[in-house]
Amino acid sequence: MKEISLHILDIVQNSIQAGAKQVIISITEDIPENMMRIEITDNGKGMNSEILAKVNDPFFTSGNKKTGLGLPLLKQHAEAAGGAIIIESGEGKGTTVIATFVHDHPDRQPIGDITTTMMSLIRSNPEMDFIYSHSANRKKFVLDTRHIKQELEGIPIGSKEVIVFLRDMITGNLNELIT
Amino acid sequence: MAKVKTLDDLRKLREGLKTRTSLRDKSENAEQMIHVKVAMATCCIASGSRETMNYLADELEKRNIDAIVTQTGCMGYCFAEPTIEVSIPGKDPVIFGYVDEKKANEIIQKYIKGGELVEGIIPVNYRNIDDTNK
Repeated sequence: MKEISLHILDIVQNSIQAGAKQVIISITEDIPENMMRIEITDNGKGMNSEILAKVNDPFFTSGNKKTGLGLPLLKQHAEAAGGAIIIESGEGKGTTVIATFVHDHPDRQPIGDITTTMMSLIRSNPEMDFIYSHSANRKKFVLDTRHIKQELEGIPIGSKEVIVFLRDMITGNLNELIT
Repeated sequence: MAKVKTLDDLRKLREGLKTRTSLRDKSENAEQMIHVKVAMATCCIASGSRETMNYLADELEKRNIDAIVTQTGCMGYCFAEPTIEVSIPGKDPVIFGYVDEKKANEIIQKYIKGGELVEGIIPVNYRNIDDTNK
């Protein structure tokens, strides 16, 4: 994976496969502490301790046609950038994946095109709820599709005009955040 | 710099959209629509399926083709990522491999709009390693 936003898309696919109805994606860029933290929490079926012990093993998968490389790749990239990953899960309790990176580490991948990642998730899973928050420079942007759907009053969130609007909304707010 | 969009802007957009009769939830008549599934597992994402999916969704909208674009897990053809499955009502689903934006454009223009087969189809009798172990 060439960017963190692709890792996020990949990890959220696990949430979708696990039957999650809601996924919370939280990115924190703490410049004074020189740390970046990515947290993905879902309300899917979760994992038992036996599966949890193996999820970082390359090629281990609970699905029948998956490579089993998503979490090991994220772990490798986090550790290469001076960070780590933590996975918390329990059967019926959902899963949380936390990845940390040293912010200015030369091997930390760029966040990349997080807008396109979010649009991919929203437009192909319109029935799901996504809560995306991004904190940087003491500012925070939150996109909560539950609120968006409420405001839309029945207009599909996947309709062309809404997708264009959300894309502009995320891009504009992220530009504000990092300037 | 352009004004940053807020929920107030969304409310204004909503009022404009409400007056349009063409707006509807595509899932209501999903069976009569073209369905494009984009494989979106680790192998697919690393090969560019995110860009393929967004390109397909944008272009089908722009060209006024009634279609649903969704994502699915790995189809087992990791050597040919990004892969997509196109289901046209009344026809068998077809899986295409190596679908970058150029190939996606060709699939929309020739297969979806023109009904003409294009290169890059993964044959239905192709057996992946899972099948051979059955």
